[in-house]
Amino acid sequence: MLTSFMSYLGSTMTPGQAGNQLWALIYVLIIFAGVSVAVICMNWIERKALAHFQIRLGPMRVGPHGLMQPFADALKLMLKEDIIPAEADQFVFWVAPLIGLLAAFTVYTVIPFGPSQAVSDMNIGILFMLGVSSLGVLGIVVAGWASNSHYPLMGALRSSAQMVSYEVAMGLAVVSAVLLTSLHGIGIYGVTGNGDTGTLSMIGIVQAQQEQHVWFIFKFFPLGLIAFVIFAIAMVAEVNRAPFDLAEAESELTAGFHTEYSGLRWSLFMLAEYAAMIAVSSIAVTLWLGGWVRPFPNLLQGTAWDFIFSLFPGLTFLGLAGVALLGTVRMPSHSFFKIQKIGLGVFGMLLGSLALLLLVIAIAGRSADMSLAARFNEGIGYVYWFVLKVAVFMYLFIWYRATWPRYRFDQLMSVGWKVLLPISLGVLMLTAVVGVLVK
Amino acid sequence: MNPAINTAVNAGMTPVATPFFFYMLAGLAVLSGLAVITRRNAVHSALALIVTLLSVAGLYLMLYAPFVAGVQIIVYAGGIMVLFLFVIMLVNIDRTLKERSFNHMWPIGLVASCLLLAMFMGAFSKGRALFVDRMIPLPEGSNTQMIADKLYGQAGRMGEYTFAFEIASLLLLVAILGAVIMTKKKI
Repeated sequence: MLTSFMSYLGSTMTPGQAGNQLWALIYVLIIFAGVSVAVICMNWIERKALAHFQIRLGPMRVGPHGLMQPFADALKLMLKEDIIPAEADQFVFWVAPLIGLLAAFTVYTVIPFGPSQAVSDMNIGILFMLGVSSLGVLGIVVAGWASNSHYPLMGALRSSAQMVSYEVAMGLAVVSAVLLTSLHGIGIYGVTGNGDTGTLSMIGIVQAQQEQHVWFIFKFFPLGLIAFVIFAIAMVAEVNRAPFDLAEAESELTAGFHTEYSGLRWSLFMLAEYAAMIAVSSIAVTLWLGGWVRPFPNLLQGTAWDFIFSLFPGLTFLGLAGVALLGTVRMPSHSFFKIQKIGLGVFGMLLGSLALLLLVIAIAGRSADMSLAARFNEGIGYVYWFVLKVAVFMYLFIWYRATWPRYRFDQLMSVGWKVLLPISLGVLMLTAVVGVLVK
Repeated sequence: MNPAINTAVNAGMTPVATPFFFYMLAGLAVLSGLAVITRRNAVHSALALIVTLLSVAGLYLMLYAPFVAGVQIIVYAGGIMVLFLFVIMLVNIDRTLKERSFNHMWPIGLVASCLLLAMFMGAFSKGRALFVDRMIPLPEGSNTQMIADKLYGQAGRMGEYTFAFEIASLLLLVAILGAVIMTKKKI
């Protein structure tokens, strides 16, 4: 039992490759828990960051600095009455949030958190991701229709038109990234790597960037960058976030497609939206930003650099713990704040002990042999860099929302069809031409 | 690209393509297909059609044709069905529920489905002679590349289906142009 468990931990294959269903199930559960925690964190950060953008405090009452606010919200949503409108189509109304949730979470089976830190490595990985994430719109469309009410229907119509239009530009940008996997690399360090047959597998795409010694955002500069920017715009539209949140434009449509939803069912929509945000950010990271690869893996190589980079996860948590402890010190010394002070102190301690654990693993696993500590250290590094890159995108989502006003619908359509589509087509053609010329 | 996958295949991993999954997917496809034509509510039909398309995609996966399965999900389940729903949602469902459908095409439909059944029976009974009796083992991940070789050809030669592929794309182009011309008042 223990030895087989240890062999799981030391394995260099994904559960899908090894054909081990139990192990795959464990991975799925870990990812599900991780995404749920990420959604909770994102919820808190979004409210706080948005508030600070507008020079407000944001949630401050539930827990120190409102840290328990997401849990309070979740509890409220679960206890709230779940209303189904009398005129609604009962079954479809019931099934709509589940469609969105299923589509958002199914995508995670192919997201590569590391070369073996994924549930499975499909050879059509990116195609699968695009296909399944495009099913998410069905949930929105059907929810809007089943509510049998005007605002939700308008929201659903807008959202389906928007998603179908932006999927085209998004798909073309993805194709140009997939094309890069098969072309000779002219990275920023000069000509390296070999042209290969190219691949659609998510792990294969990151490995191609590793072999060509360049993140695809910098390859064939500026072609890779333009394709990336197109994807970065289209992905915001795909997940219905500001400034493309016309499906739930509150000034025009009250809440758009989920106007009639309440309680737990509404929270499923929210969960699906945030899970989809993380998923599309992961596609962008995998395709253009080198996935799990740490910065400068070739320029700064050798065991010393590896060790320095493996300290990053621990140091990050140490920094967070420092912020929490600073907050504890700066808490007003009134007796009202006593419990909050203790709570924040304990939270800081928890973060600090996590940081210590990560540092101990980094030091224990610094030798490059195949010991368990080294494997663990390696895996933590992969997941850390992947999650850090995704986290940057998640922050950008908040930043967009705080900064930009919503598009008008005709503007949205003209941006999608008249700007993004021609540019992405041009980039695709130019990438192919440059690839052939370089050969 | 990824040697680890090939070694895993050679090491004899358990195939997912078991009879259980086949019967589950096939049954799901047939049942939801029946639901498509028996539901009076058009949106329910469309949802059932999505289930049918997805289970057919699953069957493609079982046939070791992952690329076709992926494209099936993107194009049919993700793209075309969204447009279907887009149109159906604007139809007044209450009125269509009350109206009797006025076409009397069922004799033709019956003949057509009988012919289709006969064809399937023929393929089923003569199948051993018509098709290869077992899957030709392919290296994992080469499926997409093989499709590309057939469609576009390799090393400068024309592929087996290049001509048919180009004709089909021309047909689609004509349809796109037609749609543009029909919607635009002034060209």
